[in-house]
Amino acid sequence: MPNLIISQTDDGLQAYIAKKDLELAVASLEFQQADRWGGNITLADGSEFYIEPLSEAPSLPKTLRARRAG
Amino acid sequence: MSMDKQTTQAMIDEVLEVYPEKAQKDRAKHLAVNETNGEGKCITSNRKSQPGVMTARGCAYAGSKGVVWGPIKDMIHISHGPVGCGQYSRAGRRNYYTGYTGVNAFGTMNFTSDFQERDIVFGGDKKLSTIIDELETLFPLAKGYSIQSECPVGLIGDDIEAVAKTKKAEIGKTLVPVRCEGFRGVSQSLGHHIANDTLRDYVLDGTDPEAAQAEAGEYDVAIIGDYNIGGDAWSSRILLEEIGLNVVAQWSGDGTLTELENTPKVKLNLVHCYRSMNYICRHMEEKFGIPWLEYNLFGPTKCEESLRAIAAKFDEKIQAKAEEVIARYRAEWQPIIDKYKPRLQGKKVMLYVGGLRPRHVIGAYEDLGMEIVGTGYEFAHNDDYAKTTPEVKDATLLFDDATGFELEFFADKLKPDLIGAGVKEKYIFQKMGIPFRQMHSWDYSGPYHGYDGFAIFARDMDMTLNNPCWDKLTPPWKQEKDSEAAAA
Repeated sequence: MPNLIISQTDDGLQAYIAKKDLELAVASLEFQQADRWGGNITLADGSEFYIEPLSEAPSLPKTLRARRAG
Repeated sequence: MSMDKQTTQAMIDEVLEVYPEKAQKDRAKHLAVNETNGEGKCITSNRKSQPGVMTARGCAYAGSKGVVWGPIKDMIHISHGPVGCGQYSRAGRRNYYTGYTGVNAFGTMNFTSDFQERDIVFGGDKKLSTIIDELETLFPLAKGYSIQSECPVGLIGDDIEAVAKTKKAEIGKTLVPVRCEGFRGVSQSLGHHIANDTLRDYVLDGTDPEAAQAEAGEYDVAIIGDYNIGGDAWSSRILLEEIGLNVVAQWSGDGTLTELENTPKVKLNLVHCYRSMNYICRHMEEKFGIPWLEYNLFGPTKCEESLRAIAAKFDEKIQAKAEEVIARYRAEWQPIIDKYKPRLQGKKVMLYVGGLRPRHVIGAYEDLGMEIVGTGYEFAHNDDYAKTTPEVKDATLLFDDATGFELEFFADKLKPDLIGAGVKEKYIFQKMGIPFRQMHSWDYSGPYHGYDGFAIFARDMDMTLNNPCWDKLTPPWKQEKDSEAAAA
C-alpha cells in the first residue's frame, strides 16, 4: 500500500511515490469527475496503481493510499 | 572540444571493461550519454553501491545531522553513539551563523554520548537522559535538542523516543529523536528524508501555525535547503529582501527553531537544495497550502532567471523591484565577466558533487565561458537527472555514484581543465596535476550564491585554474613515459 502524493502541475497531474522517492507524470487516471475521483492510475513508467475512488475531487496536492493494480 | 555521442559512449564502454561481468552490468546502468531531448537512456540512481568499489557517498547520519539538522544553530544536536561520527564531521561543512557559540548558538560544537562497551551491553538510554540534564545546566539558552542516532543505537535497539518524550515533559523544550542510523538506506539521501520527517512530526506538527508568534505578512517567504555554506544563504537573502520579500525563515543554514515553527505562515517556500528538503515542502504544500518553487542563484544568468520566476509569484510591485535589482546588479557583474571570461573561456569542467550542484552551478560556469564535459551526483534520484538533462549539452557524460576508478579514468580521457568534486577526490586529482575545486564547502571559500557570490566564484575558479603550480606537477602516467623515454 504505497502512499502517492498527487499534485497538479502545468503539464497535468503528477504523482510522487513517497516510498520510492520517485516523481512521475500521471499517464492516465480512471475517474476525474467532480463527484467521482480515483480508480486505476497509470504512471509514466508504466506502473499501475488503484486508488479507492473518492466521492468528490480532492484539493491537490493530496496524499492517497494506493494499491498495486493487476 | 565538442563531444559526440559515439566518443562518449566508447569511453563508457571502455571503463566498464575492467569490471567483472555482474558489476559491469550494474555499473552500465549508472553511466550515460546526455541527450537533451530526453530520449536518452534513463540513468539508474539511488541504488546500493557495488561492494568493493570506492564510493564517495555518505551515510544517513551524515544526511540528517550533517546536512539538515546540524545547521539549526540554537538547538543542541546530540550525536548519540560512539564519539567518532560527531567529532570527524564537526564544523566540516562550514555552515556559518551569527551568535555566541556555546551560549546561544551551538553550530560548531560537538555533543556526543561517547558510547563505551558498557553502553552497548546495557543500553545508552540512561546516559542520554543524563546528558540532556547536563546540557540543560551548562547551556540553558539552548532552545531544543535533537538526538541523532549513530549505527549502534539502532543495532542494540535503544528507545530514544521514550527518553525524548520523558525529557520533553520534564524540561518543556522541543526534543527530537532522529532515527538516522548510518546503515539505513544507500546514501545520505535517506538521512535527509528521515530528518525531514522528524521536522514534520516534531517541529511543524507540534506547533499551531495560528498561535505562531510572528505576524504573517503578504510577502513572507522561507529559504528552504540553503545551508549557508560560507555564507550562501546570506548572499541569497540580500537579493530576496532587495526585491521586497520578507525572509521569515532559513532552513536550515543560520536557522533557528522559532524560524522553523513560523514557516507554516509564509506565502511561498523557496527551495534551493531540492534533494534534501523537497519532502518538507511537499508536506507544507499539502497541509498548509504553501506553494514551493525551486530556484538557482549561481551565476548572473540563473540569478536573473530565478529572481524573475520568484517575482512572478507575487504582485507587480515585487516584479518591478526585481527588474530594478537585476538592472542595478548588471553594472556589478559585467566587469567581473569582462575580467575573468578571457582567462577562463573554453576551459572544460568535470563535476561530481552532491544534491543540487551538478546541475545548479553549470550556469555560473557557462557565464564564464566554460564548458561542462561531465557531471554526476553521488546520491541523486531519478527526478534530479530529469532536471539535469536539459541543463547540460548533448553528448555530455553523466555518471551516478561514480567509483574512484571511473572518475580517474574519465579525468584521464576527458582531460578536463578543472574538476569540481569533494574532499575525497581532491588530493588524488591535485596529485595528477589537474586544477581542482572542492565544491561541497567551496574549498574553504564562499559564498557562491547570488551576485556577490559570483564575484568570489569567478575569482576562485581563475585562481585555481590559472595557478602556476600546476605546471610543476607531472601526473604519474606522464612520468612513466618520460622515464621510459629517458631509458631508451
